[in-house]
Amino acid sequence: MSIVKLKINGQSVSIDIPSDMPLLWALRDKLDLVGTKYGCGIGVCGTCTVLVNGIPMRSCVVPAVSMAGMEITTIEGLDPTGEHPVQKAWDEEDVPQCGYCQSGQILTASALLQQNPNPSDEEIDSAMTGVLCRCGTYHRIRKAIKLAAKNTGATGGES
Amino acid sequence: MSTVERNLPMDRRSFLKVSMMASGALLVGCGRPVPVDVGVSDQETWVANLYVRIDPDGKITIVSKNPEAGQGVKTAFPMVVAECLNVDWKNVSVEQAPLDDRYGRQVIGGSRGTPDGWDDLRVAGTAARELLVTAAAEKWGVPRGDCAAESGAIVHEASGQSAPYESLLEIAAGLPVPDIDDLDLKSRPADFSLLGTFVPGVDNAKILTGQPLFGCDKRLDGMLYAVYEKSRIFEGKVRDANVDEIRKLPGVTHAFVVEGTDDPRGLRSGVAIVANTWWEANSARKRLRVNWDTNQSDSSADFESAAEALRLETGEIQRSDGDVDEAFDKAGKIVEASYYYPFVGHANLEPQNCTAVYHESGKLELWAPSQNPKSGRALIAKTLGIPQRNIHVNLMRIGGGFGRRLRSEFMAEVAWIAREVGQPVQLQWTREDDMHHDYYRPAAWHHFKAGIDADGRMNAFDHHFITFGKDGETASGASLSASHYPAGLVPNFRLRRSIIDLNVPTGPWRSPGHSAYGWVYQSFLDEVAVAAGRDPLEFRLDFLSRSYGETQMDLERATDVLKLAAKNARWGNQQADDGRAQGIAFHFDHGAYVAYVVEVVADGSSVNVEKVYAAVDCGPVINLSGAKNQVEGGFVDGLSTANLEVTFANGAAQQSNFDDYELLRIGQTPEIEVEFIQSDNRPSGLGEPPLAPAAPAVCNAIFAATGTRVRNLPFGRSGISI
Repeated sequence: MSIVKLKINGQSVSIDIPSDMPLLWALRDKLDLVGTKYGCGIGVCGTCTVLVNGIPMRSCVVPAVSMAGMEITTIEGLDPTGEHPVQKAWDEEDVPQCGYCQSGQILTASALLQQNPNPSDEEIDSAMTGVLCRCGTYHRIRKAIKLAAKNTGATGGES
Repeated sequence: MSTVERNLPMDRRSFLKVSMMASGALLVGCGRPVPVDVGVSDQETWVANLYVRIDPDGKITIVSKNPEAGQGVKTAFPMVVAECLNVDWKNVSVEQAPLDDRYGRQVIGGSRGTPDGWDDLRVAGTAARELLVTAAAEKWGVPRGDCAAESGAIVHEASGQSAPYESLLEIAAGLPVPDIDDLDLKSRPADFSLLGTFVPGVDNAKILTGQPLFGCDKRLDGMLYAVYEKSRIFEGKVRDANVDEIRKLPGVTHAFVVEGTDDPRGLRSGVAIVANTWWEANSARKRLRVNWDTNQSDSSADFESAAEALRLETGEIQRSDGDVDEAFDKAGKIVEASYYYPFVGHANLEPQNCTAVYHESGKLELWAPSQNPKSGRALIAKTLGIPQRNIHVNLMRIGGGFGRRLRSEFMAEVAWIAREVGQPVQLQWTREDDMHHDYYRPAAWHHFKAGIDADGRMNAFDHHFITFGKDGETASGASLSASHYPAGLVPNFRLRRSIIDLNVPTGPWRSPGHSAYGWVYQSFLDEVAVAAGRDPLEFRLDFLSRSYGETQMDLERATDVLKLAAKNARWGNQQADDGRAQGIAFHFDHGAYVAYVVEVVADGSSVNVEKVYAAVDCGPVINLSGAKNQVEGGFVDGLSTANLEVTFANGAAQQSNFDDYELLRIGQTPEIEVEFIQSDNRPSGLGEPPLAPAAPAVCNAIFAATGTRVRNLPFGRSGISI
């Protein structure tokens, strides 16, 4: 067991965990941050995506102990009131079906728009290719990202 | 405007009940007696199958009795009530009911949620509205007919008086209960203002901010986490395991062998490991050594040889109309083709899980992402030998159903483990568990022979269906109805069936049967059209223009969706150049009619599915967003699944995770344009119907673009990549 200090959604926390425990399970089982979901455990489905220093990462394969000193953002921390332009666009286009993959989709999309405020279809597909949706909401994910880009541009807000 | 004939028939034993709660809320319930195995509350002797509650602060709540897996009932149901009650949608909220026999059917299956709920929802909403109108008329001493319900208030135009619903609750509760037959129910799209509009899902706020919602999100004080190891070879039993060693590993609190039962859908033999965190339980599992007793070795290679041998046999005649052989003799042209589709898995993105606590009192409480919680409760009662009334099941949002969660063994597993450890436990399967222990959609071989007459019509059809089962009975999900089209649409028709022995577990998979039969029929019809030298659309329209005996579908509605999809896609006006081409298909199942025109661009054998035009008749659309979501998602699922297969060797599934079972990704997904024909028929469900015609429309477009007829799935088996 190792004690690790993590900075999650702006809060510092200290937890005692097995040194090989992936960030996903530290979030879910130690911190009760269950918005980050388990999908494959091998880093191929993207369901467990969180942002580390603003970059999408697969929390199921990253040991939590390696995350000390990093800024970790989970879905709970993106905007707890749901007012982030990506969350708002997701609701307006009603993207979710079952909803299980959507935290990974939303965080990946928010990172994309941070880097590229006005992505093309190809850029959206390329950025979002790592996150599977079993229900097939891809068509709406594209629309919602474009809507978020438009609204962010129109209001001059941060993405 | 009394139009009793518009009031579609309620169950004759249905009744309404109106009551006032201690809080001052008005409760209007609609129900009928249902067989009650288990009473939950001793005080309550009656629970509505559905109810509407209007609180003194004007908030309106309805209970959603069905589980929610993304099919959208949790949003669609309250919409129907809001429509009939004439209230603003924003004032309506929905509560998820637990399993309670008095609610009647609580299942996600057969696309039945909407058609089953349609009457009760409208009756409850309309009855509440009518009571409030009468209450206002009495209060003001004016004729009832001069009062109207508008946006949560009763208004009397002549006097300018207006009373919000919440001010009328007490009077309404004292009125006689309206007669169901006298209620004027909104039935048609022309009657609606809210229904048919685009309404985002009621759980979106939680989903988009990551709040606890799904089965695996449940957390309880002192909760432990479990994994459960079963034999990778189906039906294997534990001989022995190093559980003493496992118990000493970090974080592990319990490790024990579970003998299990012989029920292939129940608690199978295995080893449970319980720990403080799931990671510790699963890490310990990597050190687990189990000796298994196994007794079967099913393999895909053996299935293939068996199918090849059976091909030459006649099989069992399932149906025979006219004289097929004579018609073949006289036919101007004969077309023969053989189709194969593989086993596939459900691959719910949320792997199976369930949470349970077994109290000292002998009561068991579960939090289950289940499509069929009632069958889960029955399985637990049988497996643990405890009465059903001691089991309480809370329904959690489900991270994808697709038929997999109609089976409940994961509920029995956690129940057993929870009783053993005496603490709250969450059982979480790995992705690999999920892939290795699915109830797969069965593979099948279809051998077709069609005769084309001098008019270019298909007048003879012979079909040898080679499927799976045991002892002459087809396996779950492996049967084909003898009245499925083209039965009834071809004068000379024969269906033959042969069965291969199977030990692999199978089960319903979204749109059971249809998801595969739609592909073989609509692909082969395309081949016949081409052989007859006819346009695939024109051939289908002609095919649907006459019947021979009874058909399962309304041919006019089927024709209309085909025409609409073709019109929107400008069918026939596209040149097949630059590798671009269109394909068409339709299907009818679960009460709805769906047609697709698909546009693909081929570069050699590499195909890009670019655009889809969908035309759908499911009766009146309840939630435009939810309905479109089902069509878009159903198409993607159909395309994705046509690219997948599960194979078996030595009695076990060979695929393990999303690296060898690769679901479609965003870049492979087409643009999808959906149009509904908003007919006056009763609404059907839409969770399943959009699936079946997807793969054949794609494959027919692939043929038009490349000349390659996809007769074997997944696409790779036909030399195509998408």
